[in-house]
Amino acid sequence: MSDNSVKTANDVAENFEPKILVFACNWCTYAGADLAGTSRLQYPPNVRILRVPCSCRVNPQFVIRAFQRGIDGVLVAGCHPGDCHYTTGNYYTRRRFLLINRMMEYMGIDPKRFHTRWISGAEGPKFQQVVTEMIEEVRAIGPNRKLRDDMKVTVNTDDIVASVEADTKVVADNV
Amino acid sequence: MERVGVFICHCGSNIGAVVDCARVAESVKDYPGVAFSTDYKYMCSEPGQEMIQNAIREHNLNRVVVASCSPRMHEKTFRACVAKAGLNEYMFEMANIREHCSWVHAGRNEEATEKAIDLVKMAISKVCNNEVLMKGHAPVTKRALVVGGGIAGIQCALDIANNGYQVDILERTPSIGGKMSQIDKTFPTIDCSACILTPKMVEASSHPNIKLITFAELEKVDGYVGNFEVTIRSKARSVDMSKCTGCGTCMTKCPGKADDEFNMNLRKRTAIYTPFPQAIPNKPVIDRESCLKFKSRKEGKDVCGVCAKLCPAGAIDYEQQDELFTERYGAIVMATGYEQFDHSIYGEYGYGKYPDVISGLHFERLVNASGPTQGHIVRPSDHKEPKTVVMVKCVGSRDPEHGKSYCSRTCCMYTAKQATMIRDHCPDTKVYVFYMDVRTPGKLYDEFYNRTREEYGVEYIRGRVSKIYQDGETLRVKGEDTLLGRQIEIDADMVILANAMIPNPDSERMAQIVGIGYDKDGWFTESHPKLGPVETHTAGVFLAGACQGPKDIPDSVAQAGAAAVKVCALLSKDQLETEPTVSKVDNKLCSGCGLCVPVCPYKAISLETIQERVAGKTIERQVANINGSLCQGCGACTVTCRSGAANLKHFTNAQILAEVDALCQTIL
Ligand SMILES: Cc1cc2nc3c(=O)[nH]c(=O)nc-3n(C[C@H](O)[C@H](O)[C@H](O)COP(=O)(O)OP(=O)(O)OC[C@H]3O[C@@H](n4cnc5c(N)ncnc54)[C@H](O)[C@@H]3O)c2cc1C
Ligand code: FES
Repeated sequence: MSDNSVKTANDVAENFEPKILVFACNWCTYAGADLAGTSRLQYPPNVRILRVPCSCRVNPQFVIRAFQRGIDGVLVAGCHPGDCHYTTGNYYTRRRFLLINRMMEYMGIDPKRFHTRWISGAEGPKFQQVVTEMIEEVRAIGPNRKLRDDMKVTVNTDDIVASVEADTKVVADNV
Repeated sequence: MERVGVFICHCGSNIGAVVDCARVAESVKDYPGVAFSTDYKYMCSEPGQEMIQNAIREHNLNRVVVASCSPRMHEKTFRACVAKAGLNEYMFEMANIREHCSWVHAGRNEEATEKAIDLVKMAISKVCNNEVLMKGHAPVTKRALVVGGGIAGIQCALDIANNGYQVDILERTPSIGGKMSQIDKTFPTIDCSACILTPKMVEASSHPNIKLITFAELEKVDGYVGNFEVTIRSKARSVDMSKCTGCGTCMTKCPGKADDEFNMNLRKRTAIYTPFPQAIPNKPVIDRESCLKFKSRKEGKDVCGVCAKLCPAGAIDYEQQDELFTERYGAIVMATGYEQFDHSIYGEYGYGKYPDVISGLHFERLVNASGPTQGHIVRPSDHKEPKTVVMVKCVGSRDPEHGKSYCSRTCCMYTAKQATMIRDHCPDTKVYVFYMDVRTPGKLYDEFYNRTREEYGVEYIRGRVSKIYQDGETLRVKGEDTLLGRQIEIDADMVILANAMIPNPDSERMAQIVGIGYDKDGWFTESHPKLGPVETHTAGVFLAGACQGPKDIPDSVAQAGAAAVKVCALLSKDQLETEPTVSKVDNKLCSGCGLCVPVCPYKAISLETIQERVAGKTIERQVANINGSLCQGCGACTVTCRSGAANLKHFTNAQILAEVDALCQTIL
């Protein structure tokens, strides 16, 4: 709990609703989330799913970037070990994010904000459960303010868009 | 200049009842890049698709976003739709606002609409970074490889060959035939197994389109669908196949002896042998472990050589070595079958120590006219006819603790078959069957089971056997009749166990060589349990027979035919389309560190030397080079790359970051 997400009176908005980004591999977790949908399994609307071919496509820098931009939580999810569509992709994911976990903790991001999970295409209920739990956890610890770019100095939204675009280029070129 | 068209689908009320589609369309109208945005009841319907195509023309759109169901459902539909209007199909993105939104947030209309707006903005931001991509083409090698020469492999090869394509059967033992060649009669019709199998074996061996590669092992598989490069180890037979006429003289005087595995070790065979008289190819091999000559060579001597002296064709070659060779194939079918569960782990059945407690396959050899007893059902210990036989089902099956959790599917039927055969051969012998359940789904199967009880008088006892122990000459079988709720003790002369079917012990290694999946037990996994039963997740590799899970002969044959059709469909093409969504390396950024090379699961990356002019001088340096036909587009290399030189087309760093940013903008 080295995070500055520790609640203080003027810090956490009353009705704080976290926003959580889910990187879902196309073959398992994305399909699992689809299955949650076709089975009409309800979960809070705080998650946004971003489709990647494999969990191993998720560059840790994407995750850090999202935290910088103010996301409250990130979930990287893929096939169960041994089931990766590309055979070994999720083993890389597992190893990479074990390290990144430690690094983020070191940077002061509450470990509750970041998870790696294995959810298969048949596990609609698991998808529902994992995201629901994560939303509740992150709601309890409040908004992420750690790496967030200080938005208050920016006055008009056009500038933000422009700066975001410029950053996208810089980071994209460097990632 | 990006001109994005955004189309929000109501999917009837599926989306429309929760998400305010008009508001979504309205709210992205002025989003950067958007030139047109609208909503409609059914985007995937014909009028819906026409609407998209008209908008592309009218508004001069160069990118399209459709927000509707899952891309796993309709991405293909909409890609084709925009392509018809002249756009590159990769200038399209989908936002999933049904499975990932309206269906999971019923009644939370406001929040669901907000979420839909986010998802659409992410898709717009991504599509603005999309690039025109072209599908590639790769030639197809019009030859298939079937691994495993059991009934499934033979049938599959015949079906492929009869369609006019070349096919090789790779079999690890000296002969094709598989387990079916060991079986005596087949349920439910009790026709002789050899009588229906041997003609197929002969047909396979004489078919102009089929080549048999027996006594060989699969060593390595490289390449990809349409162009597999397979390395095969041809094991040293010690017999020159081109000279051998298959006369069999060599086997008559061989002094080397070994357990005859084809006959379940119920008798001995010679060291130079063919596994069974109808073996194909009918040319012997020398088992170097039991050959006197090879054994003596280990001790520095060189004795025997009787077979070489006898062979009229001079075909015996003691100096033969294993040979490795490489062949190209367009498709691979795995048909490596199954093995029998080893019941010696069970203490209650005597740890496999009682000679008269045998497995189902032992019985098949005992009752076979060309088997070790010429078809007389006798006890292995004293060769006396058993007067009481107890059969035990589910040995190793449906026993998650010590055996396998699954049902082996064939045992109920082969137990019934074997029970009737005992009653046929030895009418005075009593037969008891201990069972947990009787499972006979299959044409004429239940009828067969009923006849076993009613006409053949076989007694079925519902319950588990708790102990078998030897008492003098008899085997005392203790069990429980759970229907009558009482303990039972039977003095038997012989016990036959219906052992589970299990995968080959090296099935996992085989799966890894070929690059396909396997389940917790080691069975190969199909690409979809219902809709892709013979496909695997690896394009161009298919499954047939019991290697995918316990199966009887009719099912194995049916699956072999299905796999053959898939192979033929593949081989009928001259070229295959390849996905352009693969990795590429920017040579300017690549430092040639080579970290990406071992990370690639498809061996698609290699280092190549390039020449560059730097400050007026030509220098040579190494860069990573990605083979686009081998790359499957997972993206592992992109994250490994320290300099950001490797990027995955259609999922580039810029595209993914654009999505991340689009999402986070709304957090302000
Ligand atoms: C006791 C008993 C009785 C049975 N009776 C009946 C019956 O009456 N009716 C019925 O329908 N079914 C019966 N069955 C089931 C039947 O045996 C199977 O359905 C059938 O044999 C499956 O055929 P297959 O070709 O898939 O496998 P298999 O017959 O096992 O053939 C696989 C072949 O692949 C080869 N192979 C394995 N691994 C490799 C490798 N890595 N490289 C190269 N080659 C390899 C093997 O040597 C073998 O030749 C019985 C089973 C048992 C145990
Ligand atoms: S494809 Fe799902 S983790 Fe690799």
